[in-house]
Amino acid sequence: MEASPEYAVQMHGILKTFGAFTALDRVDLDVKKQTVHAILGENGAGKTTLMNILYGLYQADEGDIFMGGEKVSITNPTEAIKHGIGMVHQHFMLVENFTVTENIILGDEVCGAAGVLDMARARKQVMELVEEYGFDVDPDAKIQDITVGMQQRVEILKALYRGAEVLILDEPTAVLTPQEIEKLIEIMHDLIAKGKTIIIITHKLREIMQSADECSIIRRGVYMGTVDVHQTNETELASKMVGRNVNLTVEKTPAHPGDVVLSIRDLTVKDDRGIEQVRGLNLDIHAGEIVGIAGIDGNGQQELVDAITNIVKAESGSIKVNGEEIANTTPRNTFLKKVATIPSDRHRWGLVLPFTVSENTALERHADDEFGAGLTLDYDKMREYTTKLIKEFDIRPAGSEDERMSGLSGGNQQKAIIARMVTSSPNLLIAFQPTRGLDVGAIEFVHKTLIAERDRGAAILLISFELDEVMDVSDTIAVIYHGQITGTFAQGTVDENQLGLLMAGGEIQ
Amino acid sequence: MSKLEKFLRGRFAAALVAVLVGFAVSAVVLAAAGYDPIGSFAALFNGAFGKPKYIANVIIKATPILLTGVSVAFAFKTGLFNIGAEGQYIIGATLATIVGVKLSLPMPLQVPIVLAAGILGGAALGAFVGWLKAHFGIHEVITSIMCNWIAFYLCNYVVMSDTFHKPNSTSALQVNSSSYTMILGNWKKSAAGKEALAGVPWLREILLKTDLNYGFIIAVLVAILISLVLTRTKLGYELRAVGFNRDAARFSGISVERNIVLSMLIAGAISGLAGALTITGISPHTITLLAAMESYGFNGMSVAFIAASSPIGCIPASILFASLIYGGMSVQQVMGAPSDIINIMIGTIVFFTALPGVTPMLADMIARKRRNEEDMKVSKDGTPLPKKEA
Repeated sequence: MEASPEYAVQMHGILKTFGAFTALDRVDLDVKKQTVHAILGENGAGKTTLMNILYGLYQADEGDIFMGGEKVSITNPTEAIKHGIGMVHQHFMLVENFTVTENIILGDEVCGAAGVLDMARARKQVMELVEEYGFDVDPDAKIQDITVGMQQRVEILKALYRGAEVLILDEPTAVLTPQEIEKLIEIMHDLIAKGKTIIIITHKLREIMQSADECSIIRRGVYMGTVDVHQTNETELASKMVGRNVNLTVEKTPAHPGDVVLSIRDLTVKDDRGIEQVRGLNLDIHAGEIVGIAGIDGNGQQELVDAITNIVKAESGSIKVNGEEIANTTPRNTFLKKVATIPSDRHRWGLVLPFTVSENTALERHADDEFGAGLTLDYDKMREYTTKLIKEFDIRPAGSEDERMSGLSGGNQQKAIIARMVTSSPNLLIAFQPTRGLDVGAIEFVHKTLIAERDRGAAILLISFELDEVMDVSDTIAVIYHGQITGTFAQGTVDENQLGLLMAGGEIQ
Repeated sequence: MSKLEKFLRGRFAAALVAVLVGFAVSAVVLAAAGYDPIGSFAALFNGAFGKPKYIANVIIKATPILLTGVSVAFAFKTGLFNIGAEGQYIIGATLATIVGVKLSLPMPLQVPIVLAAGILGGAALGAFVGWLKAHFGIHEVITSIMCNWIAFYLCNYVVMSDTFHKPNSTSALQVNSSSYTMILGNWKKSAAGKEALAGVPWLREILLKTDLNYGFIIAVLVAILISLVLTRTKLGYELRAVGFNRDAARFSGISVERNIVLSMLIAGAISGLAGALTITGISPHTITLLAAMESYGFNGMSVAFIAASSPIGCIPASILFASLIYGGMSVQQVMGAPSDIINIMIGTIVFFTALPGVTPMLADMIARKRRNEEDMKVSKDGTPLPKKEA
């Protein structure tokens, strides 16, 4: 495509290699002025790399960048800002104990004579911006006291304050509640109306459908084309992104709940700073039932799982598995009571990365006589067992029994954990953020496995910060807020707006 | 994996490169100080291996640092830094002396009991450090250093105490001779032994002019045993899991606290054994008043690093280190180089053992390049890998 003034940004033939690895293989991107342009791709496809090149954080090996039809050279973020490009990173770059105004002007301070900071004038400028764009942000509030959604707006204001015409948003919805996502989409459309151009990086299909005009797809560093969002659907986008047909809907039969397996009563758990995170929580899960916990990160989910797995002590209350008390025992006891857990942070809790795949799959079971009697450990038996799991769960690469776990991709590491947890035929399977960082294909596998375990008769506790996942997979949805379950619903009896309200501490009328 | 890659990934390559670079740099140091590097290295080699007696002395010197090396390497494999090998060695020697002086049993009973005393002493000191770490979170390096000095002054206290001090000397009393572990210790000094040895000059030289003892054999067996524990037992598996990732180990039901204490206990026991074997194996068969640390533990750290924390690797590493120390003395005599230069030379070689990270890094680079080439093949023609329905 020719460079043309109609386009806010054009990147042509962008080639970027890291050593022998080609991250971007002559990728094209044409973003029309005053549109929302989505960049879609799996983890590691190269979308963030492409945007980092536009923002001057990386330099392309080959290729040109045009803005408004003119060729530009961007070698660092300062130049990008000068060209009117602003970027909001996935992880906010804000000083927690500074005010909103202080954060916005940081690095571009308003100064009077002799370089003295003129806060009054700075505050006025920020106020003007807030009013112009109708942002609901208090310029004097400290970052640590405002919600994540507001923090994101502060990041956007930071870019606008520096005169951004093109805004890059990297995975902007990852940390937001459904209400906040809606608000963000509103803001995006508002910005477009005021003449700005927005590029959003995401792998969430629904948000693209809701917010974007056009969508460019990158698969493994290769540009796969641009589609008009109004003329496509989620399934088509997904198959373009992955390169094969993907089933986006979770298929399952109705649940047939049996007896209560997990019963939690008045559970109170403190975090490592001594603050109560779980405050008198009650929860029951039956055999053959998936209970999904919906909630925003930091409402006691981690501490709930830590208490069940006996990683931390419970302050009070009881946790019973099949009628037996397991609170304040040991992680080993939790395992012996046939409770298996897929941890949220697989590198921290789930895997010993320098161990081989075979050594990893033997964790927990190594202590039994299965792999050698008495003091000895039979590595050959461990390997045989692992070969079976690799085959059964399609862990790649095949034959990786003696490879280090760190050499496997994230999706296959997760498969190895799931294989290890599921083969013990647990009575209770806890899945904490089981699809975090996984691509569409791997997510499909995880969900199928959870449902298969349910159908085998296990009780499943699914905890996820992805509301869609909780709503699609669970038979029963429980909302956690401030360390308590504030509502329990059968699947299909509650919509995401109602859940979003509860997750934010509100009430359903 | 290509042959080159495999070789580079091996511990042997890492150690070899380190030692070669160390020699090269120390050659520069020697030349800069005005000494002929080639001549110096020749003197070094000759001084370490030129005569059977020298070889025997190198082996004797290698014994304690092989054990302290295995002690440090073992702890390191389980995620702990046993800087306390020095103190554990001293406690081992001190307790062996106390028991060896006080007890006079027949040799088959006396030797195991004296050695056990040393092992227990080192184990107790190590376990104490492990306990402080496991239950109070105090870093083992801090407590180990403290314990080194406690052991140091305890040793001096025993040497000067009324019960153990040997009058008009700076040593404690010698242990009873039934504690000795020299090879053919009694026979070689008897008339029959002397007569028999007269016909075999090299053996005569080794046995009569050195304290060649069973210590090195014991140390090699310990190195093999520790290697087996690490790679073939549940204990070793758990210890390594705790060392690599404490959280994941805890999550999978392994008691992290118990394993930290056990690891330091075993490490301490090995260093304690090193101290005890020095008492039973070489003269003066007792502890002496220490003015400064003898560095058996610290040299063990060097040995462990040269060996890239492989217990088996500690065997050649300890021989190398001992030959540098022992052969280095000849460089002083032959070349007239001051001992400082020799120590700089040894230090340089050990310094470059920090290089073991480099050779696996090269191997990683080769591996990554190959993997990417394979990946590119797949994505270039656009067909993804065939995926089985899960």
